[in-house]
Amino acid sequence: MRKIPYLLVAALVAGMICSPLAWSKTRPIKVGINAPITGDNPKVGEGTKFAAEMWLEDVMAAGGIMVGGVRYPVQLVIEDNEYKPESAVKATTKMVIEDEVLVLVGPQASSQAVPAGGVADSYATPMISPWSTNPNTTKDRPYVFRGCFLDPFQGPVVANFIKGEFGFTRAAVLYDVAADYSKGLAEEFKKAWEKINGPGSVVAYESFTTKDTDFSSQLTKIKNSTAEVIFTPQYYSEVALIVPQARDLGWSKPIVGSDSWGSADLVKLCGPACSGLFFSTHYAAAGAAGATKEFIDRYQAKFGYVPDDVGALTWDSLRIVQKAIENTGKLSGKIEQDRKAVRDAMAKIKEFEGITGKMTFTEDGDPIKCAVVVRITESGEFAFHKSVCP
Amino acid sequence: MTYFFQNVVNALQWGSFYALIALGYSMVYSILMLFNFAHGDIFMVGAYIGFGVATLLVAMSAGGAIVLPGWLILILTILISMFLTALLGMFVERVGYRPLRDAPRASAAITGLMIGIILETGNLWLLGARRVSFPSLIQTVTYDVGGVILTNKKIMIVLVALAFMLALHLFVRHSKWGMAMRAMAFDYVVVPLMGVSINTIARMTFAIGSALAAVAGILFSIAYPVLDPYMGIVFGWKAFVAAILGGRGSIMGAALAGFLLGFIEIFVAMAFPSTLRDLIAYSIIMVILVFRPHGFFGEPYSAKLRL
Repeated sequence: MRKIPYLLVAALVAGMICSPLAWSKTRPIKVGINAPITGDNPKVGEGTKFAAEMWLEDVMAAGGIMVGGVRYPVQLVIEDNEYKPESAVKATTKMVIEDEVLVLVGPQASSQAVPAGGVADSYATPMISPWSTNPNTTKDRPYVFRGCFLDPFQGPVVANFIKGEFGFTRAAVLYDVAADYSKGLAEEFKKAWEKINGPGSVVAYESFTTKDTDFSSQLTKIKNSTAEVIFTPQYYSEVALIVPQARDLGWSKPIVGSDSWGSADLVKLCGPACSGLFFSTHYAAAGAAGATKEFIDRYQAKFGYVPDDVGALTWDSLRIVQKAIENTGKLSGKIEQDRKAVRDAMAKIKEFEGITGKMTFTEDGDPIKCAVVVRITESGEFAFHKSVCP
Repeated sequence: MTYFFQNVVNALQWGSFYALIALGYSMVYSILMLFNFAHGDIFMVGAYIGFGVATLLVAMSAGGAIVLPGWLILILTILISMFLTALLGMFVERVGYRPLRDAPRASAAITGLMIGIILETGNLWLLGARRVSFPSLIQTVTYDVGGVILTNKKIMIVLVALAFMLALHLFVRHSKWGMAMRAMAFDYVVVPLMGVSINTIARMTFAIGSALAAVAGILFSIAYPVLDPYMGIVFGWKAFVAAILGGRGSIMGAALAGFLLGFIEIFVAMAFPSTLRDLIAYSIIMVILVFRPHGFFGEPYSAKLRL
């Protein structure tokens, strides 16, 4: 079965070589895709590749990318990184040096995107990782961008959402003090919430340590405070314990979470206790509208399943790449010069309308974008509720 | 005041688990002078066996083969799991401890740790790292008693735990087998000469301890229905602390200390920032042990105690 993606890629490449476009006088633009086609997480690679194929189809249907009045055909170079850091580095180096790609998309996971980003940056080749949330991927690397928000970014997003949705002024936080992700997010939320509602408005700031299962004393404390809502940036397996325990202690007010809630297992473990709750995430398939829905429908019709966040973020990243190439205004044909032009154009992108939200890049190459707030429906689906900006 | 009583309720539930598990540590210690460090993992296996039995019975019930009400499934689950986990305990004793009975104590302690790792990773291999969810057998009913929120599950957990502790107490104090156990605890060198088989008593002790761990596992799964293969490690350590605190080898001491540990953990989190819960709770226990090195009901150190 593993050979099928290769065959597809080979067929695509062969098709492109034989197509008259590739023989036209303009040299094609090469876009490198660094994805885990095999390895521990082939689903991520598949989502990446499928989104890239759909994008290529659109671009070729339009006759290529229009830069300064000339249409350039596009060629995808897909390399497998096997979900391993060393392979990701090797693939990046190969695409930069041998294939002379103009721009790189991927790797997806931070474990590969952090080292690969270093390579791309040292070769002055623009790279965008659609899915990596670790700050180090883009930090001090002018050539590296990402398509998703950073973990701590959700703190202010959730604070704004709660304020706007419920109008509450007093919140409680329950988090795992031993997990970087949860601790960072809890701190960011507290900061943002107190900025909106004044100091002291986080009336209970309770913690536990990884592997704890009993939260009754913390929840009793929270219930006894004047808190109107609990924010708990925990993983789904802990959420499945926290929420029912809170309900058993008579807490009937809302509980809000972050993207770590977003697993299909959450509903299975938590059951009906979790329905009606909200959490923030990158993208929601159920209840999507507009361009997002269009993308989901097309993807589903073509590949037979609803795309996950990797697919959607890859789609957006490729369209950012396209936009940046178009914005350069002119391609010189000298690869170093064009790479720099693309990087500069990408850094200048403002208010890009993506299917995962509107994006503007910061100096670090991280997008300022809106998060999606998802509601867990009674039937256990994650339905789009609203888009919230920081 | 309701805040205080709410925490008393929380602590009673939390302490029940420690108490049930600490009993297993303490019983084995009193007979064989060694701590079965695999006990926390036997608790985990008990929870998983309970999960398997309950899921099977629920599926059979839903399939219409035999229609059972939830409470009956729960009782059957507890009984079947106790039996199966007791078999596991006996197996562990036979394979892991009996060959090492005359070996240095450190070897037996290490055996326990290794058996624990085998049980954890075996489970990981068998069922994968994915968390499983214990089926909800009884509908949660919430009672509001003057502001203190109780659920039927909480009441049931505490009552069932107390009932099993009382049953064990009666068994040890008033039955012939119990008398043999107490005699063995008194001196396991001389008593076998009187015709009491140490192998039988050791096997029985492991069986009872493991059955109680299975009860704890199922009650735990009812209260915290997300199971994972490593759930028994930290819990086992803490119950071990309770067994020491109660006095090595003292059964009732272990039960009381289990509850005490639950109360200390819950009330420390009530009075101090919850980040410091374990730090403060276990510092308190350190201080208690400094002043009462034998625990609450333990006998002063003698030549008899060899660990």
